Amino acid sequence: MIGNWLERLGAWVRDYVESIGYGTRTFFTMLGVSPGLLRRPRLIVEQLHFIGNHSLLVISLSGLFVGMVLGLQGYYTLTKYGSEQAVGLLVALGLTRELGPVITALLFAGRAGTSLTAEIGLMKAGEQLSAMEMMAVNPIQRVLAPRFWAGVLAVPVLASIFTAVGIFGGYIVAVKLIGIDEGAFWSQMQGGVDVWKDVFNGFIKSVVFGIAITFIALYQGYEARPTPEDVAGATTRTVVISSLMIWWLDFMLTALMFSK
Amino acid sequence: MPNLVEIRDLHFAYGKRSILSGLDMDFPRGKVVAVMGGSGSGKTTVLRLIGGQIRPQKGQVSVDGQIVHKLKTDDLYLLRRKMGMLFQHGALFTDLTVYENVAFPLREHTDLPEELIRDLVLMKLHAVGLRNAAKLKPAEISGGMARRVALARSIALDPQLIMYDEPFAGLDPISMGVTANLIRNLNDALGSTTVLVSHDVKESFHIADYVYFLSQGKIVAHGTPAEMQVSTDPYVKQFVHAEADGPVPFHYPGKSLAADLGLGERA
Repeated sequence: MIGNWLERLGAWVRDYVESIGYGTRTFFTMLGVSPGLLRRPRLIVEQLHFIGNHSLLVISLSGLFVGMVLGLQGYYTLTKYGSEQAVGLLVALGLTRELGPVITALLFAGRAGTSLTAEIGLMKAGEQLSAMEMMAVNPIQRVLAPRFWAGVLAVPVLASIFTAVGIFGGYIVAVKLIGIDEGAFWSQMQGGVDVWKDVFNGFIKSVVFGIAITFIALYQGYEARPTPEDVAGATTRTVVISSLMIWWLDFMLTALMFSK
Repeated sequence: MPNLVEIRDLHFAYGKRSILSGLDMDFPRGKVVAVMGGSGSGKTTVLRLIGGQIRPQKGQVSVDGQIVHKLKTDDLYLLRRKMGMLFQHGALFTDLTVYENVAFPLREHTDLPEELIRDLVLMKLHAVGLRNAAKLKPAEISGGMARRVALARSIALDPQLIMYDEPFAGLDPISMGVTANLIRNLNDALGSTTVLVSHDVKESFHIADYVYFLSQGKIVAHGTPAEMQVSTDPYVKQFVHAEADGPVPFHYPGKSLAADLGLGERA
């Protein structure tokens, strides 16, 4: 009984360590073959269009509503202290530091990450990756690397768009609907947001999230067994692991960036 | 060297499950050699070992004088440029058109101008009778047509070795005949060597120069199709003449029906 339990635990630990090692090796192999893409930037541009452009609508709409809610909640709270003029600052800081990168990353994992996992998993199930290998084409270089760099480029751009649209949403609610002074809204924001500390750190966060989510999505698809249930399972794992990874990375990065 | 591919004392297992044990095979240049056997006999594994997708536990596979599993990744990829492989279901890239699928290896491995690639692709597609289907997507063509497109793609770089994994499976009689003739004609026209993995006796015997029979990971018989046709080996006889009873049992090995139903205990 205890022997069986220990055996299962040992097998689980061994598989876990093995999968981490294999994932790390795949990651560095992908980075190693990436310079070859410089000769064919078209491959990255195609993927950038596919995963970035197709996520634009959901990101923009979400950004608009998050900004509007933030403006409204900020106004209700700040009014209690007579500081409603600072609602623009609150919206901008909330979006640039946290909500822009984090919500964009979560949406990207759900919208583009799942799509990447399913695509790679189905390519594997249809023997397309094996066919590529037999044509002397490395699938890590031809399939994984362009998608990875496209994801790494797309997430910061989408997070910037999310933040910009969110600030606009906050502006509509605070200035146009509630009637806060427009000059105060923008000047508080201008005076309180630091380009390096707030905007740049938010940008770094989104780059890190982009690396994590895109690699998780690609790796889950690449390692999925070529069966319908395993590809479906891999897609679910992409969302679960990416989401948890985003929160954990956000906490670590926030602690590093904003600690005094 | 008269043989393009040589297999010596080849052993392969997935974990503890033995798939191939002690194979010796020769694939002479310019010939069509069929590897036949029932499902699970290890035929496709032989192809994967020749292509270097898996490594043997013992023995070796050499292609054009190079031992496949000892090659470094770059050298293996160089060797694979001399190979073409047709997968069982074609394995076409579903996001690309028929034309782009055939152009894929040319674009990946050559710096040819687009006009020349176009001419080459159309010639390859013409050879398999699908020049006018160039603009279609894989989802818009039949299974037999997809197999022929995959064939055109596998010969895009004029390989020395062409491997076919069950090229006749699931095809209607017309497509089967067309595919069989294509395999033979392309082999002769390109001067290449063909490894044909199949369990279709009629079409394989029609085009093959030599046949190996595999059963449970071992070679049970080999010879020309004419020799195999009159073989008295029980396995070959059962396989070639599609007999229900013989060395290959109908039931998966295990407990008897009586034991499963508990009839022994009741009696």
